[in-house]
Amino acid sequence: MNSILSEPFFQRGLLAGLAVALVSGPVGCFIVWRRMAYFGESLAHSGLLGVGLGLLLNFNITLGATITASVLAVLLLALRRQRGLATDTLLGVLSHTALALGLIVVGLATGAASDHMDILFGDVLTVSRQDVIAVWVGAALVLASLGLMWRDLIATSVHEELARAEGVKVERVELGFILLIAVMTAIAMKIVGLLLITALMVIPAAAARRMATTPERMAVLAAGIAGLSVIGGLVASAFLGGASGPCVVLAASSFFALTLLVPQVS
Amino acid sequence: MLKANNALLSARDITLDVDGRLILDHVNMDVRRGEIVTVIGPNGAGKSTLVRVMLGLRPFTSGRIERVPNLSVGYVPQSFPQSANVPMNVKRLLSLTMKPKNRDIDKALAETGIAHLKDARVASLSGGELQRALLARALLRKPDLLVLDEPVQAVDFFGEMKLYELISNIRKSHGCGILMVSHDLHMVMAESDRVVCLNGHVCCEGGPEKVQQDPEFAKLFGPSAARMIAAYAHHHDHDHEPHDHHHLEHKH
Repeated sequence: MNSILSEPFFQRGLLAGLAVALVSGPVGCFIVWRRMAYFGESLAHSGLLGVGLGLLLNFNITLGATITASVLAVLLLALRRQRGLATDTLLGVLSHTALALGLIVVGLATGAASDHMDILFGDVLTVSRQDVIAVWVGAALVLASLGLMWRDLIATSVHEELARAEGVKVERVELGFILLIAVMTAIAMKIVGLLLITALMVIPAAAARRMATTPERMAVLAAGIAGLSVIGGLVASAFLGGASGPCVVLAASSFFALTLLVPQVS
Repeated sequence: MLKANNALLSARDITLDVDGRLILDHVNMDVRRGEIVTVIGPNGAGKSTLVRVMLGLRPFTSGRIERVPNLSVGYVPQSFPQSANVPMNVKRLLSLTMKPKNRDIDKALAETGIAHLKDARVASLSGGELQRALLARALLRKPDLLVLDEPVQAVDFFGEMKLYELISNIRKSHGCGILMVSHDLHMVMAESDRVVCLNGHVCCEGGPEKVQQDPEFAKLFGPSAARMIAAYAHHHDHDHEPHDHHHLEHKH
């Protein structure tokens, strides 16, 4: 029974997954506070295009996903200033265009017959030792940046205009934050898959929300819940043989359901 | 004309054109230290937009904003979304963009009458309590100018009266200028030194008595509005010390 759990590939997956959880908790809190779930989703989808380009042109797919997600992030930020189209409509257009383009490019690179379940839904089997290092470095980078802009980001999330009136450089903070989501997308890709990354950010944060009295506490709680979800999900996927992403997400959903039983703190 | 009026903040000939629609049309306005200037007007008149332009929060097409150097502004925005919010208590809300001393926080909360809510969750506050918390927040910045966008929204009638009283007291104790936006005609008139009636352009402006007798005002709000305000101002004078010379002139 224990044999799978002691396999190096499983331990690598777990190690990388925990790094992802550590970041997805806090980043997810801001996504919840700023109502950016759909935004995060779009960035994640665009990552597939980067993966395809990476495979096609032979460079690191994590780097590829980071780049395309970042480019889309900046593009969205610029387009959002444009009036005329509602932001969610704009996201709907760009997100699915990027996803479709990504599927085609990945198909070109790997042959049309192959499926891309591992990239779309996560597969810990594919996590190499190098990946573990890349994920931890990326996670540390995201956490450090988040710490640096924490106060400004909180103020902006509470009330953007008030923060602006009080001297916070809102544009800079916003740009910084969406770049963090882009990096987050890339490092979480192999664990939960591009289609489910947003879930690992939003669900733990949503679960933590009812129990938190300060933003910091909510971020730590969310990281903890995400961590437990990764452990529970990966163990379940090892025994059930399912894709890791759905298992991790279902574990998170279970925690969310449990928190509904906890009375809201006052 | 430039600084001769010693205004804290001035709009000079501000025009804002959005997709061919004239939102603000050559608007001029001054706010001086110690005076309450209230901008009134129907929905969509550009009141909040004007305030946001004057605070440098949004671009405009032409004109000029003049402010005295190092002007400290306390801003209370029109809306404060309460759902999906960042969990925090009132004390934290007051410390978001500055690091005030505990003593100063206590003082500001006491001044706005919510000292007991320091540790309360922001999400649990009523509309009036939230306005007071935001007002305390603005006061912590030791403002030369207090900008209040629809301060009595989501506040019941009694709370509204109390809030205007508080604003009037703040003007007296801090000596700051107050720029206020409102669509509520009744209370505003009694407390303001100057009323600016806005409907894209400035329709009329001046002391409350003058404005409500202005034909432009009646055109904008209907003749019954002017009568109602007159009745309120009269009633108001009996309740409180008159601190507005416009009322004194009008007393029988």
